[in-house]
Amino acid sequence: MDELKLYTYIAVFGSFAMYFAIAWWARAGSTSEFYVAGGNISPMQNGMAIGADWMSAASFISMAGLIAFLGYGGSVFLMGWTGGYVLLALLLAPYMRKHGKFTVPEFIFDRYYSKTARVVAVVCLIIASLTYIIGQMKGVGVAFSRFLEVDYGLGLGIGMGVVWVYAVLGGMKGITYTQIAQYVVLIFAYTIPAVFISLQLTGNPIPQLGLGSTLADGSGVYLLDKLDAVVTELGFNEYTTDNMGGTLNMFAYTMSLMIGTAGLPHVIMRFFTVPSAKAARSSAGYALVFIALLYTVAPAVGAMARLNLMNTIEPVAGQNMEYAERPQWFKDWEKTGLLKFEDKNGDGKIQYSADKATNEMVKIDRDIMVLANPAIANLPNWVIALVAAGGLAAALSTAAGLLLAISSSISHDLMKGIIVPDLSEKNELLSSRIVMTISILIAGYLGLHPPGFAAGTVALAFGLAASSIFPALMMGIFSKTMSGTAAVAGMCSGIGITMLYVFQHKGIMFIQGTSFLGDMGPNWFFGISPNAFGVVGAIVNFTVAFVVLKVTGPAPAHIQQMVENMRTPGGTAAVHAH
Amino acid sequence: MKEKTYWQENLRLIAICLVIWFVVSYGFGILLVEPLNAIRLGGYKLGFWFAQQGSIYTFVGLIFWYSSKMNALDEKYHVED
Repeated sequence: MDELKLYTYIAVFGSFAMYFAIAWWARAGSTSEFYVAGGNISPMQNGMAIGADWMSAASFISMAGLIAFLGYGGSVFLMGWTGGYVLLALLLAPYMRKHGKFTVPEFIFDRYYSKTARVVAVVCLIIASLTYIIGQMKGVGVAFSRFLEVDYGLGLGIGMGVVWVYAVLGGMKGITYTQIAQYVVLIFAYTIPAVFISLQLTGNPIPQLGLGSTLADGSGVYLLDKLDAVVTELGFNEYTTDNMGGTLNMFAYTMSLMIGTAGLPHVIMRFFTVPSAKAARSSAGYALVFIALLYTVAPAVGAMARLNLMNTIEPVAGQNMEYAERPQWFKDWEKTGLLKFEDKNGDGKIQYSADKATNEMVKIDRDIMVLANPAIANLPNWVIALVAAGGLAAALSTAAGLLLAISSSISHDLMKGIIVPDLSEKNELLSSRIVMTISILIAGYLGLHPPGFAAGTVALAFGLAASSIFPALMMGIFSKTMSGTAAVAGMCSGIGITMLYVFQHKGIMFIQGTSFLGDMGPNWFFGISPNAFGVVGAIVNFTVAFVVLKVTGPAPAHIQQMVENMRTPGGTAAVHAH
Repeated sequence: MKEKTYWQENLRLIAICLVIWFVVSYGFGILLVEPLNAIRLGGYKLGFWFAQQGSIYTFVGLIFWYSSKMNALDEKYHVED
């Protein structure tokens, strides 16, 4: 076994052993512990757990790669996935915590006194969460197969087993403490390589400052200016000004991600684990600090990785690298099929340009940028091993949070709430654990046989959260008179228009060839891409709800009284079911 | 009555925060990015910096500022937990 593999085994299985130990120590004994960790997690602990819960395989592995190739356009992810926490802290978290229930659909049921509303919320939650889990499971499989060279399916199975042990055993309580450990692992794994690379390129150890510094090669040129010059020379758009699909699209995209973030149930439910409304506000702040640590480093990682890649292929303008002399990491990633070279002009050298006819780097998968980065920069083996453990921590922690969201909504909202109201606490706990086990198996199956539409579904997850859940929650708190009928009408039309738009451009249920308008820019509504459409769905939701409210009349007096009560924090009760 | 003024003051704070939230991200980071890019912050163009760094720092500050203002408000109206 070579040194790298040995280190990787130690990092990966060492971290797994730690998660198991934590899960055993923090196992759940009651439904309150299983759903909301007993409601007494401190704001800072919760902030850290939210950080791990939120930062998925996509944030850890894909985001910097996306930014590397989108440049300025990638800002929509940075602003969108952090700005949502401002909305959570100001508009939702403290009031929902004050109300004191276990799940998001339960809150919607109480506020809108409607089983229909509860079922609509459960359906949105399950679709949004399942789509997300597929991505995490794929991340686990890829990390295992690339770093430990075990079979993709076996890697996936190991990941499923690990999540099963600590999520089913520990519930929210186990997941919370494991997520805190996972946050620490993933943030070190992300920032250490970034610090090394920033030092190499600019001499500044802080990546956020390195990105704005001059290069360490003595030229006195700023890193970003150099990058702009290198990419434009090869015909790509300028890195720092390349705006993805125009100003309106960037605006709508950012807004959709922000309100989608604020409406994702697996994030909202983490706020039910703190003791008070006051703690909910500050834990949103801590969460964003911990998230910002990664999100402000990511643009540096992206830009530096792009520059390193360009420099490797063409160290001096006009002198391209010989294919025969390509470095080891290049060969490793060629084996996975994520990197492809085609010698179009037959000169044995690698030409990389924006022109499709002459470009010989026919495939550079964006996902490899973070994983290959340490190798591209010649970092020591223990750093590469750490990155593997970090990627797994990011994927597993998010998967666990999503599984809990699904199992609580099925066992608590559907089973106890609607189908078997006299379910005892002991049986509810048992059914949660069974549902979670089944969810893990489904998630594993979908990870092993990813449906063709997996990539397109992220748009659907954020679209659903933005167009249905966020507006319903916000109106429930800020409009005392908002009635159940109006809210349900709003949610259904918001979902309807968003689904219609995504399907008409991406295919019905993402089946190729069934998209009746085609996935083409000119057909987009004001140039808004399907991924950015959630905000339009939300506007439709608000509009329909207020029109229906005008026609059908306000919510009953006792509901309005309940909203009054939600708005003032005094005497936040312990979280209870009924 | 007490609840009502508490809520009004809260709404005012939320409005202030949302204006700042909007201005740093959508304003400086997207709508005004081109004119701001004429100004430099070290190696960063200013609009680009707001889009990829500055807006995030502002968001963090905003939440803590809102939290501390609300804690003071809770005490003033004796509704703290």
